[in-house]
Amino acid sequence: MNPGPGQKEQDMSSTAEHQTDAPPDYLNDGYGLRSWLLTTDHKRIAMLYLMSVTIFFMMGSFFAALIRAELVTPEGDLVTPDMYNRLFTMHGVIMVFLFLIPTIPAVFGNFFVPIMIGAKDLAMPRLNLASWYVFNVGAVLILYSIFAGGLDTGWTFYVPYSSSYSATNVVTAAVGIFIAGFASIMTGLNLMVTIHRMRAPGMTWFRLPLFVWANYATSIIILLGTPVVAITILMVGAERMFQLGIFDPAYGGDPILFQHLFWFYSHPAVYIMVLPAMGIQSELMAAFARKRIFGYRYVVYSSLGIAVLGFLVWGHHMYTSGQSAYAAAVFSILTMLVAVPSAVKTFNWTATLYRGSISFQTPMLYALAFMGLFLVGGLTGVMLGTLGIDVHVHDTYFVVAHFHYVMVGVTVSAFMGGLHYWWPKMTGRLYPSFPSKISAILVFLGFNLTFFPQFLLGFMGMPRRYHAYPVEDWQVLNVLSSAGATVLGVGFLLPAVYLTWSLFRGKRAPANPWGAVGLEWDIPSPPTKHNFEEDVVVTHEAYDYDARRDAIAAAAAAKQEADLV
Amino acid sequence: MILANLPFMPEQASTIAHEIDELYVFTVVLSTVVSLLIVAALIWFMVRYKRRSADEIGHRETAGDWLEITWTVIPAIVFLGLFFWGAKVYFDTYRVPEGADRYYVVGKQWMWKFQHPAGNREINELHVPVGRPIELVITSEDVIHSFFVPAFRTKRDAVPGRYSTAWFEATKTGTYDIFCAEYCGAEHSLMIGKITVMEPADYEAWLVDKLPERTLAASGEELFQEKSCNTCHRADSDARAPILNGIYGSEVALLGGARVTADDNYIRESIINPAGKVVAGYQPIMPTYKGQLTEEEILELMSYIQSLESAGHEGEGAEGTM
Repeated sequence: MNPGPGQKEQDMSSTAEHQTDAPPDYLNDGYGLRSWLLTTDHKRIAMLYLMSVTIFFMMGSFFAALIRAELVTPEGDLVTPDMYNRLFTMHGVIMVFLFLIPTIPAVFGNFFVPIMIGAKDLAMPRLNLASWYVFNVGAVLILYSIFAGGLDTGWTFYVPYSSSYSATNVVTAAVGIFIAGFASIMTGLNLMVTIHRMRAPGMTWFRLPLFVWANYATSIIILLGTPVVAITILMVGAERMFQLGIFDPAYGGDPILFQHLFWFYSHPAVYIMVLPAMGIQSELMAAFARKRIFGYRYVVYSSLGIAVLGFLVWGHHMYTSGQSAYAAAVFSILTMLVAVPSAVKTFNWTATLYRGSISFQTPMLYALAFMGLFLVGGLTGVMLGTLGIDVHVHDTYFVVAHFHYVMVGVTVSAFMGGLHYWWPKMTGRLYPSFPSKISAILVFLGFNLTFFPQFLLGFMGMPRRYHAYPVEDWQVLNVLSSAGATVLGVGFLLPAVYLTWSLFRGKRAPANPWGAVGLEWDIPSPPTKHNFEEDVVVTHEAYDYDARRDAIAAAAAAKQEADLV
Repeated sequence: MILANLPFMPEQASTIAHEIDELYVFTVVLSTVVSLLIVAALIWFMVRYKRRSADEIGHRETAGDWLEITWTVIPAIVFLGLFFWGAKVYFDTYRVPEGADRYYVVGKQWMWKFQHPAGNREINELHVPVGRPIELVITSEDVIHSFFVPAFRTKRDAVPGRYSTAWFEATKTGTYDIFCAEYCGAEHSLMIGKITVMEPADYEAWLVDKLPERTLAASGEELFQEKSCNTCHRADSDARAPILNGIYGSEVALLGGARVTADDNYIRESIINPAGKVVAGYQPIMPTYKGQLTEEEILELMSYIQSLESAGHEGEGAEGTM
């Protein structure tokens, strides 16, 4: 990144650094398109991913805005029913497959897992680059299917609608998702191998930062789950083309089989989105309370517990499908169990603030928002897991509100928190504090205004995916929700402005702008190509703020002594 | 009915609505209390432990495992308690009471079709008597739909190729919304209807007023002959096909030793895919009727076969199900 004008002082100091033969940072280690498109540096690939997912997030948000605009009035008067069905499908498919699932592992996991364990790169750098290309090929196919005729199956692709009845580009989209799934597998495999094999001497498993643990648990889910959904979606495409009779009863298939296969992945997929977000949350709570995370081991165990139990609860999406009541009961009890590790995490994060040194910088505002939104999202998840309640609210706006609290409230909050936390490290620039705090507050308020009314609408009986709603009493809450979406939109647009500005005009970031403890804060901002110029030997556990206190005290004592002399 | 008039709650018009609402309101209150406690702790820590100087470092805190175990076990117990309560309510909504009247529901893009036991047919409208348990046997002709009546807290998917059952007992007369809750294509949001709950006497009057020539079972009987089912499935059968009298709901031994209950789904499968599960002692000679019967016709046959059961006991005709 070329330094912008108006940065003369810093420019001079960085020139001075160059004179001492320090290697260039990763952003200046090679210029031109080629140096980016053929890079195997995990940090550059992370930045490529960041660009891709940001574009997809903006597209997904645009479709969401149109959905909310349509629902301001009960009549379906803004777009046609067909267009509305395409809009919510595009919103769901893009947000789930092209933003929420890849974003944190492929951007922050890619960038920081190697640094946090003291490695120079991921275990398989070329596979890493390949994954970005594969991801984009999948994305292009999905976008092609959307723009050349559209897709109207919903992101869930329920059969036989998707396999026999929809007149849209299901096959192209299915192939796109299949291919994008490979990118996910490549990233997951790479992270897992890296965490196993590339840890610096002394970096034992229980010295790993919790973000690394979270990515490890996520990789397990990615590797075990993604092949199932990839094949399932491909079978939908094959049934469409060749009338195979896998899912459509008209050819002798079973539509419920699809739901089992689909949710066997897509429920764990929620944890693919949420676990890395929880990892970021742990980093933020520790950094801004300047304190080791409370109950470190239990937070680790809860991540692994979620990864395992998350595979056993898929049937709770099917309480009304006509599956046996006993099967439903088993899935319900397992759903209650998977809620326990999440509760444990919440208590430990809360306890981390006790006797901390808490500052309210922008990333911490997102972390605090995360706590509030996760409470609502998690507890409404328990309500949905409760059999008697779910039957009434299944497929209503209650469910829509719940999963937005989890996916947006948790994953996007953590993404924004992580972006603001690590931005100075990734780009070497600081962003202005005031607008970023305003935007964090707008996101929190706008989010709640958008989605809280949807809980009420859902229990009142408003089904999801309705282009027009037949009960006029529902309008007030829908208008509130749409108004909230506007606030939320402003909250997300602000960072696009000030972060872009900071790339060119932001102040140079010091190595450790937050005074946080962690290997990533011991190296310059932005890091050099190989992250560490000397081999790393780890002698401390993660979040060792006691050592930091001793160092500060020692420095103060030394200074006092010097002053006396 | 203490919870009947809370804001943001739909009307309660069935016997189970209050059960679901009590569970719902309890979990809302419990969740709110827990959330407020955690938020209060967060705010207290935020105020009390706000960073005072740039160099300040937090104090490492450790507690014994007892604390972690406590806040693992307590939520687990609470959640399991919720599970049992929720499961009880679910089983109440699942288990059809004895003596319920059977109505058939067929979803189709984009309408709901209903068949009364008396033979009346309706589209997007269903008339039922108040205070009677009503069993719904639900299927679909094309894609998956979901039959949803918010005022009754009743919802069940209409899945093509199989039957799901739901039931309700309306507690007050009036008109209530039916929605399709499972996305089913272009006019999903127009796949709506009304249930009219009437006093039993009014319902009888309405039925008689619109009474078709035949009951559902009688239509099924006619179809049974029209499609020549009766050439093999005869009471005096020469053993080419199983006798159907009394077969509905009974356990059947299959070729190969398995046993299956002859419920709606098995009988439907035996019509569509006869070679799939052949009754022990018979040859797989029955041709498939796939594509030759509409969903409604299959349901008429079902109704007829069900009536044969009572025929065995009472010697009554096809009107036995009424």
